[in-house]
Amino acid sequence: MYSVNEIRKDFPILARQVNGKPLVYLDNGASSQKPQAVIDAVTKGYAEEYANVHRGLHFLSNLATDKYEAVRGTIKRFLNAPSEEEVLFTTGSTHGLNLVSYGWGVENLKAGDEILLSVMEHHANIVPWHFLRERYGVVLKWVEPASDGSLSAESVIDAISDKTKLIAITHMSNVLGTVVDVKTICQEARTRGIATCIDGSQATVHMPVDVADIGCDFYAITGHKLYGPSASGAIFIRKERMDEMRPFMGGGDMIADVTRDAVSYNVPPHKFEAGTPGIVQMIGFGVALDYMMGLGMKNIAAHEAKLKAYADEKLSGLNWLNIQGNAAGKGAIFSFTMAGGAHPHDISTIVDQKGIAVRAGHHCAQPLMQHLGVSATCRASFGLYNTVEEVDKLVEALELCHELFG
Amino acid sequence: MATERFEEIVEDFEFIDEWEDRYRYVIDLGKKMAEMDEAHKIAETKVHGCASQVWIMPDLSGGVIRFTGDSDAMIVRGLIAVLHALYDGLPYSDALKVDALKEMGRLGLDQHLSAQRSNGLRAMIERLRLIAEKQVG
Repeated sequence: MYSVNEIRKDFPILARQVNGKPLVYLDNGASSQKPQAVIDAVTKGYAEEYANVHRGLHFLSNLATDKYEAVRGTIKRFLNAPSEEEVLFTTGSTHGLNLVSYGWGVENLKAGDEILLSVMEHHANIVPWHFLRERYGVVLKWVEPASDGSLSAESVIDAISDKTKLIAITHMSNVLGTVVDVKTICQEARTRGIATCIDGSQATVHMPVDVADIGCDFYAITGHKLYGPSASGAIFIRKERMDEMRPFMGGGDMIADVTRDAVSYNVPPHKFEAGTPGIVQMIGFGVALDYMMGLGMKNIAAHEAKLKAYADEKLSGLNWLNIQGNAAGKGAIFSFTMAGGAHPHDISTIVDQKGIAVRAGHHCAQPLMQHLGVSATCRASFGLYNTVEEVDKLVEALELCHELFG
Repeated sequence: MATERFEEIVEDFEFIDEWEDRYRYVIDLGKKMAEMDEAHKIAETKVHGCASQVWIMPDLSGGVIRFTGDSDAMIVRGLIAVLHALYDGLPYSDALKVDALKEMGRLGLDQHLSAQRSNGLRAMIERLRLIAEKQVG
């Protein structure tokens, strides 16, 4: 276990004030703050080690390429991917999931084929599949969570039909915090030859993830939620699935040869990484993952479990607060509405005055909002640097909201 | 260029030191504001650019600006009530001369409210200006 008060010093922004109060940052579900090591890596990347990668033969290009490519090994370790070749660099999960849609879906799905997904997906794991529905007549089939927000592997497996070709599902809901047993789903899907695409944007932030153990075909992650720079990310793609894909973005770096009449492609994973990437962002992302692994993913999970239990106890004492989802094993993400007509934007405006950052809105999960019968919620999402004292501050601010709006 | 009702609000605010109490005051103004007819909450009256839902329905029967408004957020509803105090009853040509953001700034809420694009204050002011502009011709 780590000392949260010690590691908070690694995050310079946590020392600042907002509206005259110490910042309480509870919007980690949207994006997390960066440790000094990441900020330093980005600065050093530009100040001392910058050139384009994979291009030149000069010193700086080689140095930047080495640093950039080394991140593939870091991500391989972080996800326990079987090989570095199965790790593709992206700008985040949205990029990764669109790559699966355009690169794999367009090539392998046809009208009438079904994609199975849950209503608690983030729009990034919905809209790319809608593209296939709109353009090619692929059918989207939806699984709903139970009333406690849980989504059992059985309910997903039961919804599989002989037309199901892909299961696209989140490992952890960004709204409810529900953790899905994706391993059971993926293993069943694999025996039936169905591809599995897991949105790991939230899960990887909060717990150890092992893609080899899960047995999925695609697993997308996002750097900016993982304490790394924005516009960094990666997707694990199983070798056999990569062989079924065609590149969907063309340009530099992804080619072997280009003539007037033909083009041949670079070897994977470069085949799917067109154009100059976020070089320094990816280097910073590698440092962020090293930082997390340095703390220990189990330790991060244990710390957040403690925060979650404490917040559960405190928030459940507020009988005018409606918390959405209390599935067993859920993460430290609390979405709520308030009795008495206060809009989530009202709540976020008031708690902001107390220096507390929460998100209010539909959280890029409108089908889930429709399922829950709300237009929006307020969300407090915790990270590795949050404290129980911050839970107390949130409760105190919510009590003020209740008094103002009740 | 402000109405008497708005000046009263500004005076009241001078005696309120705590930000919580200023919000409380604005929320109360919203609670006391006349209800908007639900039938008037339609696409034409909806104000876009607000994070919450906002409607402004003009009443064009007189020679002065009159409107009802509502929001599903209580702070925003309060802001509509303040705008109501600022504009309601002004001749259209006078309404166009109101520097609403500056007037709202006198409430000392500016750093909290008008700076936030998400609450749609600018969008609401713009809608009121458009209503007045159409009538002036």
